[in-house]
Amino acid sequence: MKKIFLALTIYFISLNSSYALIEVDITRGNLDPLPIAVSPLHVDIKSTEHEGIKVKELGANISSIIERNFKNTGLFNPLKKEAFVQKPDIAHLKPRFEDWRLIKAQALVTGKILVKDGKLKVEFRLWDLTAAKEMTALAFTTTPTNWRRVAHIISDKIYERLTGEEGYFDTRIIYVAESGPKDQRVKKLGIMDQDGANTKYLTLGNELVLTPRFNPTNQMVTYLSYFRNMPRVYLLDIETGVQEVVGNFPGMTFAPRFSPDGKKIIMSFAEDGNSDIYTMDLETRVVERITNHSSIDTSPSFSPDGKFIVFNSDRSGLQQIYVMRSDGSSVKRITFGNGIYGTPVWSPRGDLIAFTKVRKGRFYIGVMRTDGSGERLLTENFYQEAPSWSPNGRVLVFYRETKAGSKGEGFSASLWSIDITGYNERKLTTKTDASDPSWSSLLSK
Amino acid sequence: MTFNRNLKNIFLVVFTTLILSACSTAKKSGDMDGDVYTGKETVKYLASGVPDRVFFATNKSSLTTASRATLRKQATYLRKNKKLNVTIEGHADERGTREYNLALGERRANAARDYLMTYGISGKRISTISYGKEKPVNPASSPLAWSQNRRSVTVKVN
Repeated sequence: MKKIFLALTIYFISLNSSYALIEVDITRGNLDPLPIAVSPLHVDIKSTEHEGIKVKELGANISSIIERNFKNTGLFNPLKKEAFVQKPDIAHLKPRFEDWRLIKAQALVTGKILVKDGKLKVEFRLWDLTAAKEMTALAFTTTPTNWRRVAHIISDKIYERLTGEEGYFDTRIIYVAESGPKDQRVKKLGIMDQDGANTKYLTLGNELVLTPRFNPTNQMVTYLSYFRNMPRVYLLDIETGVQEVVGNFPGMTFAPRFSPDGKKIIMSFAEDGNSDIYTMDLETRVVERITNHSSIDTSPSFSPDGKFIVFNSDRSGLQQIYVMRSDGSSVKRITFGNGIYGTPVWSPRGDLIAFTKVRKGRFYIGVMRTDGSGERLLTENFYQEAPSWSPNGRVLVFYRETKAGSKGEGFSASLWSIDITGYNERKLTTKTDASDPSWSSLLSK
Repeated sequence: MTFNRNLKNIFLVVFTTLILSACSTAKKSGDMDGDVYTGKETVKYLASGVPDRVFFATNKSSLTTASRATLRKQATYLRKNKKLNVTIEGHADERGTREYNLALGERRANAARDYLMTYGISGKRISTISYGKEKPVNPASSPLAWSQNRRSVTVKVN
């Protein structure tokens, strides 16, 4: 009886493995990226012209955005198109798997588009070339001007299918765009697609602005503005451009973030020089004091379930990271390593806290578990800080500043990203110098 | 043997000199005491003999003896000029996180304000603002520049 059971188990295991589709493991640094062929999307000949869009090139343009997204993850190796063995329309119907395998591709993306009557119809398929199977397919319709988002949505679906995790391509980054000499910086709020396209500026640069952060639905931004030389937390509606000051505090408010349900803003308020943490309910306008301590308490960030707050305090004498319940009770210090710690941010998955660490004059971006254990430093530099999570909790974006010469020359600020594995560090493309990045959630959710 | 002893002595002398010079650069090199700026290079004056700013140690907002002397001069000047109001701007160097530095600048500005108040200046005449690391007076990335940037500056508003 036992033997039969054993035999059955083995049978199931082998059955499983023979049907297993390709997978990408993103929990480790991937030194062997998956070779993937992204065929240009076939443009249906029934397509008509659409103002401002190069319809004939649209299929190729969408596929190059997908390729760039994949390449930037470090998990995929998009193959060169010159080696492709089938025309896009034919491959999309059914690829000749053995031919694609010859160019060492393991996965293939095909698709077609039709632009007609002011609409863009898209369909795509992901093929497992080793198992000779279709893995996923999807069709949708949108407006032609959304074509870059189409590329990002396709990237997200494929990433999700191959890694088992949500993607992060159909997202935007809000940041502070910087220009001018180091001692006279002009700063504006900038917003762009995750890949650096579609940059827009939300303020004019007349007043200093810092630390913008999205609300959960990405329609609002909270940030610090020195409007009329009064540093206060503001709320900005991205669509309408309407701005308002958050609360009526008789002193500086700063370090704002939204609660995970988007209903409150949590921030620091400096009263007679002492910074404590407060929340304000955006609907009822009720202000609650969360910490009451003679030390600096700042950089608060909610856990995704809203039950806890991680924050930065120097109550021990130096900057360290603390966790408390969202009503301010049960304050517990979680960092005890050498050096000082700042800018804690709770991961959207809830499992990790990202932070900045300063030790012996060097700046590190790291992650640790929410009880402070398992600290891992991901990157070291002259100056870098302010990590922000990708919506799937796999990548951090942060900013770096370079060392300046005696007149401030050689100074620059730029955005960087790194996987929480510590691999795949990469500079983001921005139109100007940039700092204080904040990553949106997925726009299409 | 004699050669060896001589060599040892030379080493000893060289070593001591090195230690001494190392100490002097760390403790008092020109315009710094510890890491607090003591020079005049960036200083402006509210009136003759009344410096407009005081300097702080890294991550600290406590006032040094020299800072207290400067602030007492400011207090005397403000007592004489009863209609004058001031803003105290608190600043930090570029070697901390932005948000913490905003809080630190606020604390430095208020340390100066509190001291002026203990010398009889009404709090109503003194507003504060923190700029964190946003407005360096010296844009260089050097210990000297950082010491000049860790400051609170008293600015006339009328």
